[in-house]
This record gives sequence, C-alpha cells and structure tokens, in this order.
Amino acid sequence: MSQIETFYEVMRRQGITRRSFLKYCSLTAAALGLGPTFAPKIANAMETKERTPVIWLHGLECTCCSESFIRSAHPLVKDVVLSMISLDYDDTLMASAGHQAEAILEETIQKYKGKYILAVEGNPPLNEDGMFCIVGGKPFLDQLKHAAKDAAAVIAWGSCASWGCVQAARPNPTQAVPIHKVITDKPIIKVPGCPPIAEVMTGVITYMLTFGRLPELDRQGRPKMFYSQRIHDKCYRRPHFDAGQFVEEWDDEGARKGYCLYKVGCKGPTTYNACSTVRWNEGTSFPIQAGHGCIGCSEDGFWDKGSFYDRLTDINQFGIEQNADEIGMAVAGGVGAAVTAHAAVSAVKRAQHKGDQE
Amino acid sequence: MTTISNEKGGNGEQGDAQSADPHAIQTEGTQAQEEGSITRTQTAVYVYEAPLRLWHWVTVFSIITLCITGYFIGAPLPTMPGEAIDNYLMGYIRFAHFTAGYIVSIAFLGRIYWAFVGNSHARELFLPKLFSGKFWREVTHEIRWYLFLEKTPKKYIGHNPLGQLAMFFFFVIGLTFMIITGFALYAEGLGRESWADMMFGWVIPLMGQSQDVHTWHHLGMWYLITFVMIHVYVAIREDIMSRQSLISTMIGGWRMFKDDKPD
Repeated sequence: MSQIETFYEVMRRQGITRRSFLKYCSLTAAALGLGPTFAPKIANAMETKERTPVIWLHGLECTCCSESFIRSAHPLVKDVVLSMISLDYDDTLMASAGHQAEAILEETIQKYKGKYILAVEGNPPLNEDGMFCIVGGKPFLDQLKHAAKDAAAVIAWGSCASWGCVQAARPNPTQAVPIHKVITDKPIIKVPGCPPIAEVMTGVITYMLTFGRLPELDRQGRPKMFYSQRIHDKCYRRPHFDAGQFVEEWDDEGARKGYCLYKVGCKGPTTYNACSTVRWNEGTSFPIQAGHGCIGCSEDGFWDKGSFYDRLTDINQFGIEQNADEIGMAVAGGVGAAVTAHAAVSAVKRAQHKGDQE
Repeated sequence: MTTISNEKGGNGEQGDAQSADPHAIQTEGTQAQEEGSITRTQTAVYVYEAPLRLWHWVTVFSIITLCITGYFIGAPLPTMPGEAIDNYLMGYIRFAHFTAGYIVSIAFLGRIYWAFVGNSHARELFLPKLFSGKFWREVTHEIRWYLFLEKTPKKYIGHNPLGQLAMFFFFVIGLTFMIITGFALYAEGLGRESWADMMFGWVIPLMGQSQDVHTWHHLGMWYLITFVMIHVYVAIREDIMSRQSLISTMIGGWRMFKDDKPD
C-alpha cells in the first residue's frame, strides 16, 4: 500500500454502506459510554484520520483472544479492524508466512516508528533464556522487546499478557511473566479475560484509533469503561444473592430456578469484567446465565485460587491446601484447647496454693 | 477499704486526671511519698475513664456482630424459601456487617483521639515500651507467671506488659488491618472514585486481587477471634488469680487491689 487510507475509506472499500458506517459509529459511542453526541465525532474522526497501524504479536498463548476477537458481534468491527491489522502483522491471521511475514513486521516497525499500536497476545517465558517460545528462530522475548521499542502504546490482550494466566500458574516452569514485567517504558493497556470479550477488545481499539489517546485506566491498568464493576454488581441473579437464595448443589431446585451461584464457587463478586452487561456471542449469554459460576478468568492469578467450585480460596502458603475457615477454625480450636488446659492447671495450682496457706 | 489516689510521682497527666476526679480520695495509709516505690500499694485507682470504657464495650458488640455476619457472608445460611422479592436475608446480613464496621472504625478513631487527651493508661494500647528493660523484665515475669513458674503475680495499675504486647500486636494491628481491608472491600461495592476507593482502593492490587483481599480479611477475623478467646480467658483468670480487679475495672473504671503488700 503506497498511501495511507482513512478508516472510512477502508470500510467503503470493503463494501460497507455509509448507513452501516454511521450505525457502527453510534453503537461504538454507546458501547464506550460516551452518549449520542459522540457518534458524529467518531464518524468524523474515522473519515478524516489516517488509520493507525496495529502490530499483533503472539507469545505463549492459546489464541483464544484472537478467536474471541474475530467473533466480535458487530460485523463492521470484524471487517474493518481486522482487515487493518492483517494489512500489517498478525502471524496467526495474515496471509503471508515465514520470512515474508517477518519482513512485513520489520517494514511496519520502520515505516510507522513511534506511531503504531502494539497488541500482544500471550506472554514471554524468561526461563532458559526464553527458549520456550521461539518466533522466527528467535525467542519471543526478543521480538516483543524489539516491537515494543518503537510502539506508541501497547495493548496487553487477555489474561496471559496482563497477568500471566495458565502458563504462569504455579509452579510456572517456563517462568512466563506478564508483559509489563519486560516492557517498562511504554503505556500498557491491560484487557484481561481468558479470552476478553470481543466487543471489549474492539471497543478499546476503536477508542484508541478514533481519539488518538489511551482510554482512562484504573489502578491496575485496565480501561475503566469495561473493568470498573464486578460481574456481581450487574449480575441478573443478584436479587437472589441479596435474598439469600443459592444453588447449593448442581442438580437442586435452586439450580433449576436460576438462584445465585455464590455457594458453588462463583467468582463474580471478585471479578472485574463486563460479562454481565456486554455478554458474549453477540450478547447471547454469559457463563452465569448458562448456569455455571464465573471462574474469575480476568483476575490476576485465577488459576492459583483453588477450585472453581469453592467459595473460599485455598491458601497454599501453608503447604497444605486449606481455606481461611479451615485454618481459622483449627487455630481457634487449638487455642481453645490450650486455654482449657491452662485453666485446668491454674485451678489445680490455685487449690494447691490454698492448701499450702491453710 | 479506703480509696486512694496517689499517682503524683510517676506521671503528670495521670495525676491531673485523678485529681480532677471527685471520687479520688486521699487518705492515710501510704505516707512514704518517695517516687516510684510506693505507687502500687494503694487499694484502688481510677484507671479507665468513661469514654474508654464505652469504647471497649461498643467494640465488643461490634466485633461480635462483625464476626457472625462476616462468617455468614463467607458461608451463607441455607437457601431462603419463597420468591426473591420477599426475602432480603443476605442484604440484612451485609447491612449489619457494614454498619458494625462503620461503628467499630469510628469508635477506633475516637479511641486514638482519646489516647491523646485521656489519661496515661489510654496510651498503653498504642505505645508498648519496647525499648525499656523494665518492660521486658516484667514481660518475662508475666510469661513465667503464666507458665506457673512464679508463685506471686505482680501488681499493675494499667495493663501488664505482656497484656500490653498482646493488645498491641493482636488487637491494634489486627483491628487496623481489618478496617483497612474491610473498607477496601466495601469500596468495591461503592464503586470507583468513591471515598472508600480513594482511601483504601490501593489495598486490592497490593494484595493481588479482590479474592486475595477477601481471604486475608477472612484470616484477619480468625486472628481477632483468637485474640478475643485469649483476652477473655486471661481477663477472667487474672480477675480470680491476680492481685487486682480486671473485669469490674472495665465496667466501673476503678482498679481494685486485693492486698496492701508491695510488689
């Protein structure tokens, strides 16, 4: 491509009507919580702005983020954003392969120095000099650092890039680390989830492309617009929680009636994500709606928190896997026994002492 | 038995607090006014002032409420029958937990304030004299007393040094931890940019994630329960076996001594 197209031109080239384009703009504005006045602004930005190239790298990962992304509910997002990315570099989705693909990566980095967005799916392993993940004959760590050096901003796709996810779960043999441990000089937007919701992914990219700046991030570096509330806060089963109506076992009356899954280990109360509002697969459903508790996949270290079906987390630091209540009751029981024994000895001593005095 | 206030030697504030007290009567008995040597021969001293005693009992009932409701938030009661609209059990339990949490926190702030304006005993909880040799000798004495190696306990006007250590490390540290983690979790419900999130939201990334804070808060409850068990046992035991009153002191404020012998 000799000259850089605008987003709108890319869309039109793909056979998208102006009517659909405007619909997309207003839907995006609504998804980002910006209100109707922002729809024309998004349209204007997409008509006039040069598209921002995106490089999409893959480290240790399962490609679930890509799988989620290409299923984004809005067809336009899929067509437009995805085609833009494939124009540059995404080794899983691009047509070219091998040395040709790597050459494109290099070309993009050179051509758009300091302007492109680096999207990272997966994370780098550090053990054995990073030999557990090789891309183009070199450790992924090298490719990641190389591509990050000239990026405008970095998106950490999914829980792998954001927190470490399954490959960083105990005992983490490859010493996989989230990307913020190796990229320290660039703004990183974490979009956790295993995978993240498709509309959240496209929403974040669209926001950055149209407004030319990062979305507002929370303390942990996640976009506030999608990660400000817990699943629990907006769960449609919340009234059953407040009422004290729970699924006690998977085949009980409560399960059939759609009661709260808190007691069978739902991590909704501790998980920040947009599942209960945006939902999945074109807004069809989400795990809790399907009758299974949230497993907390967008939270740091969710693999290491014990069973997905227990309310209380296992505490591994004590060598044996026990939850806070088991440990607490054991300690309190021990102290209780000690107190009783001490009281008994005290009583005996006091009786003796009295005997001595008389 | 006569009531004596005779604290002029050691501590200025203490003397002031007691001379201001109308119940404190100076009587015959101890004429040896040499500083330090006779302070423990009197039979009754006004130790815990009214706001401090009120704080103690408010905290007692709050912590009982917090432990019970907190336990049932972590491990809820069996499912309520009927429609959701007719029930609000978890809502009430959580409401009670949050209310008691607010009360215990505000009372604790008031207690810290009282450490500044109250008598010297009001400061004991926060400032164990960790760098004093006498303090550690008395700690050793107390440990030996609890191990049945000492026949006669010592007299103390305020907390004994071992008690002071326990109060500081179990109670002051424990309660502070619970208040901070508690409000961090409460902030999750209030939402981003709420006052609680501004003040305590940093705790959550510090401990990993929300689930970890829940676990630590839960462990903190058992830490405090362990403290309460020991605290209540020791108070009863000392009330019976030591040479001074314990339980009635936290009700009426006066420390009664059972004998006039020196330490």
